Amino acid sequence: MLAGMTVRDEQTIPAIVTEGLVKRYGETTALAGVDLEVPAGTVFGLLGPNGAGKTTAVRVLATLVRPDAGTAFVGGYDVRHDGHRVRRLVGLTGQYASVDEMLTGTENLLMIGRLLGLSRPQAKQRARELLAEFRLSDSADRSAKTYSGGMRRRLDLAASLVGRPRLLFLDEPTTGLDPRSRNEMWEVVRDLVGVHGVTVLLTTQYLEEADQLADDIAVVDHGRIIAQGSPEELKRQTGAQTLAVRPAAEADLPLVVSAVAAVLDTSPEVAGTLVSARVTDPATLPAVVRRLDDAGVTVGEITLRSSSLDEVFLALTGHPAEPAGGGTGTGTGDDGSPAAADSPAGTRSTSDDDDDPAARIPAATRS
Amino acid sequence: MSTVTAVLPEPSTRRAVWPDPGPARVSPLETLRHVRTLAWRNLVQVKHNPMELIDFSVQPLMFLLLFTYVFGGAISGSTSEYLTFALPGLIVQNTLFATLNTGTGLNTDLTKGVFDRLRSLPIARSAPLAGRILADLAKQVWAIGILLGLGYILGFRIETGPLQALAAVGLVALFALCASWIAVLVGMLVSEPEKVMVFGFTLIFPLTFVSNVFVQTNTMPGWLQAFVKVNPVTALADATRGLFVGGPVLTPTWHVLVWGVVLVAVFAPLAVRAFKRRV
Repeated sequence: MLAGMTVRDEQTIPAIVTEGLVKRYGETTALAGVDLEVPAGTVFGLLGPNGAGKTTAVRVLATLVRPDAGTAFVGGYDVRHDGHRVRRLVGLTGQYASVDEMLTGTENLLMIGRLLGLSRPQAKQRARELLAEFRLSDSADRSAKTYSGGMRRRLDLAASLVGRPRLLFLDEPTTGLDPRSRNEMWEVVRDLVGVHGVTVLLTTQYLEEADQLADDIAVVDHGRIIAQGSPEELKRQTGAQTLAVRPAAEADLPLVVSAVAAVLDTSPEVAGTLVSARVTDPATLPAVVRRLDDAGVTVGEITLRSSSLDEVFLALTGHPAEPAGGGTGTGTGDDGSPAAADSPAGTRSTSDDDDDPAARIPAATRS
Repeated sequence: MSTVTAVLPEPSTRRAVWPDPGPARVSPLETLRHVRTLAWRNLVQVKHNPMELIDFSVQPLMFLLLFTYVFGGAISGSTSEYLTFALPGLIVQNTLFATLNTGTGLNTDLTKGVFDRLRSLPIARSAPLAGRILADLAKQVWAIGILLGLGYILGFRIETGPLQALAAVGLVALFALCASWIAVLVGMLVSEPEKVMVFGFTLIFPLTFVSNVFVQTNTMPGWLQAFVKVNPVTALADATRGLFVGGPVLTPTWHVLVWGVVLVAVFAPLAVRAFKRRV
């Protein structure tokens, strides 16, 4: 369907522009005035807990629901008045894999190819390509109901790519996937953006996912964008660094607490024998070291690292990303272990993630 | 995805091309193609779910055999006489029951997210619903054919002519089309596919039984006769009998058509409203 189309002045048209987007469902306000601008060719992450309004935003932008107020343009077209053109530019992969379970993988893709105006042989060819690309060739002729969760997601993503969309909505693409499938999905997204130049709007409740994939992140809470910027900017904006100290001897713990408290002028958090606090001035590290040295404390471990996005969310909203998490997750792990200090992208202990397939936010806030 | 570059290039170096998305509307010809493809999708499902085939083939046959041989003698004195009376009515009853499948399928698509996927595609807005209804209509006609086939084996004969018989099938299908808006509404309202059947049965069961589908109206108590006489199912059964084996056609057909219009006028807007609330 894309063959022979003329190309508009692509560089100047943002993929998505919204202004004051509002959507209500009865008493619930799902979107309370959302302004977004997503440049073409980037990955934009909408990050927030369940019920923050991320899915509603995607549904409005994909023309599935009409906004109650505000404007939204996709590829330069108004989602209200030019829905059909918008739909020609976008692909949608929903939160729940929306393939027809009764049909085989091939039939699912064949149907979409035919709906998009491909001839039967073309649609078959495209289905074969996509099934091969997503490693589904062996299961191509089995009903999708026999597929595993990861396979369904891949088929769902393949289905949204049949028409070679220029903008792809990925609504929580890895929710519920095991770590291996999640990593595969990340690779696919990187490939789409890097090799094919697709713009991606990604919603996620996993801070690590946004950190890994997105060029820009908007943090959503209760239908509003409460912060926006690159992952690094967000970390800087919110106080940014975390200092963690563990004395070699447990008996020195009170001395460490008072030393950190004195230098930073706040009361640090203590978990096990790990004392941690958020800092804004990197010069505090030597100051703390000097003070501990003066007090004769032998330090077992001391780190200064960029705050994780989990901590960013906490700093922005004043509550953990998922309030149901029991209220304990305020920056340090249950086991008191510090997060890996020198990996810029993954500031969280990886073992934690592997044990927790969903890698949900409560787990994240613990590191 | 096997030969993927793991590192993203800088945003500024990536190319993003917005193709011209073409016209703002779907042409009627395209719409027909979309409907056809989605009807194909609903029919090919049967291939993977043979139970469904049994559902809409064997069940009507069972009804036909049961009513003819168990009740027929008691009701009409002879099974062959009863077959002539009951088969047109059975076709009507079976067709109305089968409209529920439209609601079940629709609800499945809604709850599984397939409907969202379809609506996110650049296709005619009406195509997902129209495709399903068209496929269900094909199944209806198939079931009618099966009933007539078995009826023929058992001794049922069309006593009018092929044109009238075709008109009978057409009229039943047309009314089913109108009545399926009820199923569409129910499909939009309930939370899971199984509930469509529950809702539907409590509505369609009494509606089809309290009619002259299985027994003559004059054998019922007066107050019930009053209902039977205004029941659109009675009118449809009368018209179908008239067209298959002879008898009055014009008046019942007229009633059927009026009822069809009323059903669409009432239930189509309700279904559309329920749909808009749901998404």
